[in-house]
Amino acid sequence: MTTSTSLVYLIALPLAGAVILLLAGRRADKWGHLLATALSASSFGVGLYQLSQMLSRPTEERAVTQKLFTWISVGSFNIDAGILLDQLSICFVLLITGVGTLIHIYSISYMSHDENRRRFFAYLNLFIASMLLLVLGDSYLNLYVGWEGVGLASYLLIGFWNQKPAYATASKKAFVMNRIGDMGLSFAIMIAFATLGSVSFSGVEEASHTASQATLTAIGIMLLIAAAGKSAQFPLQAWLGDAMAGPTPVSALIHAATMVTAGVYLIVRSHFIFDAAPTAQLLVVLVGAVTLTFGALVGTAKDDIKKALAASTMSQIGYMILAAGLGPAGYAFAIMHLLTHGFFKAGMFLGAGSVMHGMNDQVNMRRYGALRKFMPITFATFGLGYLAIIGVPPFAGFYSKDAIIETAFNAGGIKGILLGSTALLGAAITAFYMTRVMVLTFTSPERWEKDQHPHESPWLMWLPMAILAIGSVSTGFLFTRGDSLVHWLSPVFGEHEAHEEHFLPVIVVSGLALTAVVIGVSIALVKYQFSDVDAEAPQNVSIFTRIARKDLLQDSFNESVFMRPGQALTRLLVKTDDKVIDGTVRLVGTTAIGTGSALRKTQTGFARSYAVLILIGAVALIAGIWVVTQ
Amino acid sequence: MNALTTMMLLPILGSLLVAVIPNDQVLRIKQAALGTTLLVAISGVLVWMRFDSANTSFQFTQSVAWIPSFGINYAVGVDGLSLVLILMSVLLAPIVVLAGWNESEGGRWSAKVFYILILVLETMMIGVFAATDVFLFYVIFEAMLIPVYFLIGGYGSGERAAAAVKFLLYSLFGGLLMLASIIGLYVISGRNGGHTFDITKLSEMHNYMSSTTQNLLFLGFFIAFAIKAPVWPLHTWLPDAAASATPGTSVLLLGVLDKVGTFGMIRFCLALFPDASKTFTPIIMTLAVISIIYGAFLAIGATDIKRLIAYTSISHFGFITMGIFAMTAQGHSGATLYMFNHGFSTAALFLVAGWMSARRGSTTIADFGGLQRVTPVMAWSFFIAGMSSLALPGLSSFVSEFLVLVGTFTRYPVAAIIATFGIVLAALYILIPVQKALHGPTTPGNENLPDLNLREKIAIAPVIAVIVALGFYPSPLLNVINPASAHVLELQGFTDPTPSDSAGK
Repeated sequence: MTTSTSLVYLIALPLAGAVILLLAGRRADKWGHLLATALSASSFGVGLYQLSQMLSRPTEERAVTQKLFTWISVGSFNIDAGILLDQLSICFVLLITGVGTLIHIYSISYMSHDENRRRFFAYLNLFIASMLLLVLGDSYLNLYVGWEGVGLASYLLIGFWNQKPAYATASKKAFVMNRIGDMGLSFAIMIAFATLGSVSFSGVEEASHTASQATLTAIGIMLLIAAAGKSAQFPLQAWLGDAMAGPTPVSALIHAATMVTAGVYLIVRSHFIFDAAPTAQLLVVLVGAVTLTFGALVGTAKDDIKKALAASTMSQIGYMILAAGLGPAGYAFAIMHLLTHGFFKAGMFLGAGSVMHGMNDQVNMRRYGALRKFMPITFATFGLGYLAIIGVPPFAGFYSKDAIIETAFNAGGIKGILLGSTALLGAAITAFYMTRVMVLTFTSPERWEKDQHPHESPWLMWLPMAILAIGSVSTGFLFTRGDSLVHWLSPVFGEHEAHEEHFLPVIVVSGLALTAVVIGVSIALVKYQFSDVDAEAPQNVSIFTRIARKDLLQDSFNESVFMRPGQALTRLLVKTDDKVIDGTVRLVGTTAIGTGSALRKTQTGFARSYAVLILIGAVALIAGIWVVTQ
Repeated sequence: MNALTTMMLLPILGSLLVAVIPNDQVLRIKQAALGTTLLVAISGVLVWMRFDSANTSFQFTQSVAWIPSFGINYAVGVDGLSLVLILMSVLLAPIVVLAGWNESEGGRWSAKVFYILILVLETMMIGVFAATDVFLFYVIFEAMLIPVYFLIGGYGSGERAAAAVKFLLYSLFGGLLMLASIIGLYVISGRNGGHTFDITKLSEMHNYMSSTTQNLLFLGFFIAFAIKAPVWPLHTWLPDAAASATPGTSVLLLGVLDKVGTFGMIRFCLALFPDASKTFTPIIMTLAVISIIYGAFLAIGATDIKRLIAYTSISHFGFITMGIFAMTAQGHSGATLYMFNHGFSTAALFLVAGWMSARRGSTTIADFGGLQRVTPVMAWSFFIAGMSSLALPGLSSFVSEFLVLVGTFTRYPVAAIIATFGIVLAALYILIPVQKALHGPTTPGNENLPDLNLREKIAIAPVIAVIVALGFYPSPLLNVINPASAHVLELQGFTDPTPSDSAGK
């Protein structure tokens, strides 16, 4: 394996930024945002350099490692602080630092009126560093550090305006639900160590060849739980909508483009486990299919532009998880969709931020309309992202989503038909809800509240949007030309037999997908472009709409099944501790004092009565021991 | 002169110095106390640097006949386990003095008495971990109660007298049981090679005991240590004591004195009674797991910030006990490292909570609110301490907690699985007070609270630095701990389970 000494700078640069900005405090208010942006950009530069180095080496020598020091070493549990940069992680490195830097630039302007902008940038740098650690760690335990690090950054950023109690609650909810996922990761690591004797990627991969299927299935399921927590997949999806409490650049970077896709990375990185554990793989597919539908349905009912986009993110990641569960045929497509989604969804979130910027932080799309005229650049960049996500050729999403739908059909048998149909249905719903967002915001008649003066955002904001829009247009084509991404990633996943048997010809799948898109778009146009839209959400709606507005009752479920029983148990234990356990102790105490009082009548003082009690007890005990030891 | 004896003498000399400073020169008294504890801390670091971690027998030993007719010696020495705990104690002492600069005011007695008590306690903290004579250990174990009793009862707040008595009686009860066991051991040693209290010689005695004898003597020690640690259901003295004591005393109580319990489990329960330890392991593992979950739930339900921290400690001591009795390299080393790390994260929590309470005049969590925007440095310190308590990867407690979990899992998977649920509960018991105290709108009455002053910043900075540094680089401690853990396991006849799927392949 090739080694390198410069990989650590990828992580160290943004980490230094976070530390400097947090320790310098208010002194850094003037320049903190510039330093943070520069460091993020430098990390991107190091990433590009590493890519060029990688390209200059033959395929089998492209992966590089760097061992920094021995982190934990106890008995046979040996973990190095080690970095692994291979064809898979370089994709993430460039996505994280590239999109990350664009979002830093955007935030300079977006957060310019916030008195805590420096702190915001410190958190952004902390996030970049943690996310890079997540994708660069060479073992599951190193990954874990980044995994919780991004969780911490996410918590801090969701709660950036935590003076609002609802936002503080949202950040706590995200952290706690993520910890449930982290528990899965902990279990996976423990099982791996107890059964395979290693927790490094290479060690587990090697041992997985001889491991029992039960072991691999158990590890796989635990990894899936971890992925579900981080990637907001069913049943741990409920935190993502509330996470929109964070400033919009955060939603773009963390809750769309990068952190929430970490679950996909985890599964794809652990391909050697899932390849040999069909049950775990099936569960992955199911979680993906359920979530892609779940998110899409929720997306149709949201009037808050950010929550609609969040539901969409959940759904799109469902596609990626679905692809990752389809095995070697799907891994590369999962990553491809992850990358294209990173561009178009980040772009759309930044567009949403731009709209909010021009509309006094209004997020209710029923109060938008006709913004096309006032924000032409935002409209254009958002529109390109829109075309990409619904899958119109030749935009990015067309390539990546079609590939997933096709692979789903090719899974074979009933399973293939069900998965393929679900993915197709999801595509239709996606087209519907995204068209709804587009129409309500940009092309329908205006329904503004008074005192609105929508205006285009400054260039610092629209430039990143424009660059991301270029990505939304071009990446799909670039990644699929000559199967470039599939070939690039194949050394990571191992060569596999290309699927010769197509359930349906490629052209038919594309035709079906496009039909689904046309149907979805048409319904949305009829409903929102060619009909009047209420400025207030109508209340006399069907039970289905009401349920969808409430996120398919996810919170009601969690609250009644986990939260309230948990609170009741806590109250019960608090009471038990006081009344039963300490009550017993107090009873012993009062009895002793009672005896003491009785003794005091014959003794002269309080202290002596204790002494007598203790003496009697001591003598009795010593006598007892003496008898036993004879 | 012996390094350990010197370290024990220094605080005594310091307390004599404090005693001769006139009562009205309070600042001089404080400076003398701080200077002494700093000197001890430096000597502690020197001992750590000169310690030979490859050598598993006691180092820096000294033995002087004390009561020859009973075979009692003043005998001290350290191995990796006791060295780490002494290092923790002497590093925390100056921080406690500096952080609680004004704690002695408003007490029943003068500042002079307060610092004499602290310094005498420091001598005993070193002695209790360094003692290699069981009788010496017992004497210090009991004698330590006295300064703590007066520190809680004389300088605490609220129901301080009642809490101090509760603490004293609980501890005396445990100490009594231990005394009985020690006498039993002594008798047995007399019949098998001559009366002695030497720990190394006594660790041979289990060969001459019936299993009933061993079990009973084991229980005498274990119950004493389980009260000290504390293990459920012997824990109810701790929240009361922690809520009434000054923050500095709480740090010493939970950070250092409670460790005598878990230290004793390794040094005495395991070493003296290996067979009984095995017999009782299922029960102890159960109690440990209950402590983890139960303590966490009570912390979630706590409304008082000091009691909350005390309950989190019950949960953490559950982890330590579980790691000890898992009898694997990872569990054992993890538990020892956990003791050190818990000392620092609890110190950070208690000190910051103490500053918050002193400023606000209340320990009720609901009285705080919005502190992040009023007192950012104090809020950040509390937050980082909280993250350490919930074992965030990258901070020191993660390393030890994960080692305990993984080390337990290889032998007792069910216990480890239940304990792992504790990490979700930990997120709740930290983030709930963080939200209530630091986030949200500023609660009326808090608008003008002052942020940490320079002295307080200097006190908390090294604690946080240690928490972060050991999170990324725990080797300096693990290198000392690992050989000691391996030695204990070897004596117990335990080897780590081999990976189940690689066996025979």
